[in-house]
Amino acid sequence: MQLTINGKVESLDVSTVLDVLKAKDIDPQLVAVEVNTQMIDQENLGTTSLKENDKLEFLFFMGGGA
Amino acid sequence: MSFTEDQITRYSRHILLPEVGGKGQKKLSQAKVFVVGAGGLGCPVAYYLGAAGIGTIGLIDSDVVDLSNLQRQVLHHTPDVGRSKTQSAKEKIQALNPDVQVNTYEERLTAHNAREIIRQYDVVIDGVDNFPAKFLINDACYLENTPLVHGGILRFEGRVMTIVPNESACYRCIFKNPPPTGVVPTCQEAGIIGVVAGIIGTIQATEAIKLILKIGQPLTNRLLDFDARTTTFREIRVKRNPSCALCGPNASLTELIDYDEPEACAI
Ligand SMILES: [Zn+2]
Repeated sequence: MQLTINGKVESLDVSTVLDVLKAKDIDPQLVAVEVNTQMIDQENLGTTSLKENDKLEFLFFMGGGA
Repeated sequence: MSFTEDQITRYSRHILLPEVGGKGQKKLSQAKVFVVGAGGLGCPVAYYLGAAGIGTIGLIDSDVVDLSNLQRQVLHHTPDVGRSKTQSAKEKIQALNPDVQVNTYEERLTAHNAREIIRQYDVVIDGVDNFPAKFLINDACYLENTPLVHGGILRFEGRVMTIVPNESACYRCIFKNPPPTGVVPTCQEAGIIGVVAGIIGTIQATEAIKLILKIGQPLTNRLLDFDARTTTFREIRVKRNPSCALCGPNASLTELIDYDEPEACAI
């Protein structure tokens, strides 16, 4: 299905948020996920179904300051 | 308190702005901003806040200046290598603007001292390099009901978000807990293009000034991500998370957590 991930439109064969993370080889521990501006709790990544044209934001930890 | 003639001249370009004026400049001169970390972010933040005539700047850092800091930590100069970062920073800020009172804390911010120090300030700036400290600052600011300007930098990227407790999303609304130690690289490990610290730091200083003057729209409920490689800013809308352990309706965090600090993370 077509999804917008961090502002870019992508076509992926997935059904849940966890599928997207797996497809992109992203460790779920290292990212906060928003679907259509709603934060998804880590324990719900595998049960959150996606639909056509959903907007996903992957927010990675950015720790530096020094 | 009234301004001297020199002060009126010094701040004339501020005073000219209808949004600032004499009244606003007075607010700045009475404001107290606490900058956590006198490094890549802390230096530009404190430098500009000092120039702007912020009355009191608190600076906390337990580190000494290292030669590898000078590529971005603009308050520290070559002769400062080996000196305390807070002392080095204080000297430069006061040379720029003797009006500014600079309080230095040559220590780490911990679960024991954080709330007591933060309580004495109006706005807090996150300029630290490690996640335990970022969560500690977020939690302490929420518990003390003090606005926080969060910042982060890595490689060619940077991020800013303003957090007004009880009004906007906090850091934990997005990131529940610090990542496992060692899995997210620090600037020390992964590098940082020096100028990004300046860009993100000056945005943080801008946010602090806006909060003090109560002008414009703060960068709340918006995460601003900057990428220097493409010179693009991306704004990600966020909102308060009902399951946030700190600021949600069923919050379970009511006191500060002393996370295991990673070894010396060049704050
Ligand atoms: Zn929160």
